[in-house]
Amino acid sequence: MKKETARTLRAFAIELAIYALLVVAYFFLVLHFLGAWLYQLESQHRYIYASVAILLMIGQAVVLQNVTTLLLRFIRRRAR
Amino acid sequence: MFFPISGADISPIYLVVVGFLIGIMGGFFGVGGSFIAGPALRLVGLNWNFAVGTDLAHIVGKSVVAVRQHRAFGNVDLKLGLIMAIGTIAGAEVGAQLIQVFKRAGNVNVVVSVVSIVVYLSISAFMLWESWKTLILQKKRLPQGKVKGVKSKEDHSAFGPVTRAIQRLKIWPMVSLPTSGIKEISLWLILLVAFVGGFFSGFLGGGAGYIRMPSMVYVLGIPTHLAVGTDLFEIIISASYGTFSHAVKGNVDILIALVMHTGAAIGAQIGAICTQYFAGPKIRLAFVPLPLIGAAIVIYTLFTGHKL
Repeated sequence: MKKETARTLRAFAIELAIYALLVVAYFFLVLHFLGAWLYQLESQHRYIYASVAILLMIGQAVVLQNVTTLLLRFIRRRAR
Repeated sequence: MFFPISGADISPIYLVVVGFLIGIMGGFFGVGGSFIAGPALRLVGLNWNFAVGTDLAHIVGKSVVAVRQHRAFGNVDLKLGLIMAIGTIAGAEVGAQLIQVFKRAGNVNVVVSVVSIVVYLSISAFMLWESWKTLILQKKRLPQGKVKGVKSKEDHSAFGPVTRAIQRLKIWPMVSLPTSGIKEISLWLILLVAFVGGFFSGFLGGGAGYIRMPSMVYVLGIPTHLAVGTDLFEIIISASYGTFSHAVKGNVDILIALVMHTGAAIGAQIGAICTQYFAGPKIRLAFVPLPLIGAAIVIYTLFTGHKL
């Protein structure tokens, strides 16, 4: 039981480190460039901005869930 | 990091950490965590109208992921969710309009702060009472060997007779909810529960699951696991509408929501796995200090006017 807990914690620690790197890259590559465009959209076309905001949020949620699930599955398989 | 839409200067690390903690809470306690997210955004100087709107956008992302998991377990009553969405959207719009009224009057921060303190303290008090009572009941039952194994996981509620009396109210039109095991219930009752939840969602931000979920269980009599899944499904619709409504009114900084969500996505997974090591009323008892922390942060910003 203790061994399994330690293995789970280790898998999470590795996942967290890889995930942090991916998130930093995401900040610089995506959010940095999106910022100016979204600001312009928000000040000029509120309705389009509102729709884009929801789509971005749902899109990011689905992508991140798949990324974290894949990462965890991959790391656990390697740990066995 | 400068966020041009809200004009706020907030550390992305702070946002990711807040998102991460809220994600853990979501996975562990099954709540949206708006009672922490709102005050945490307020603490770094974001106006309440932005804190409310941005938190709603962040909730949309989290709910989408959670519903995908709950649907796989058959925990979503689509009919109930769609009916409730109507009441919630109406309530959320009234809440958002009220925010606009206070924004124009120039006292949105004070009013929302006071209301949120009252709501957070009430949630903590109720959860403390409910979990304490359940723990005492369990202690009384277990030595007699009457409640063990599968039976110990059944839903017991002190509100049972009240719930049954409410279900007997014949206010036309009546609807049946076979997935939730309810033969007949007034449509108006479902809409009223949804409206109240929607109002708090639009006014204080978040999904207002802290009000709607217990109402579904104690007032409508929906089984807990179905109430959680259906509430989340309904939150996707209502929070999306709330986000749209607030975004049109200029209250959503989607960049802040996106940054926060990167932390929440990983936190939710950790929280869900943690539930395997803790269970039952002890989880609910552990939940009690969280709204109190939210209330403490709001009281601090309200009385000192300080931000981090």
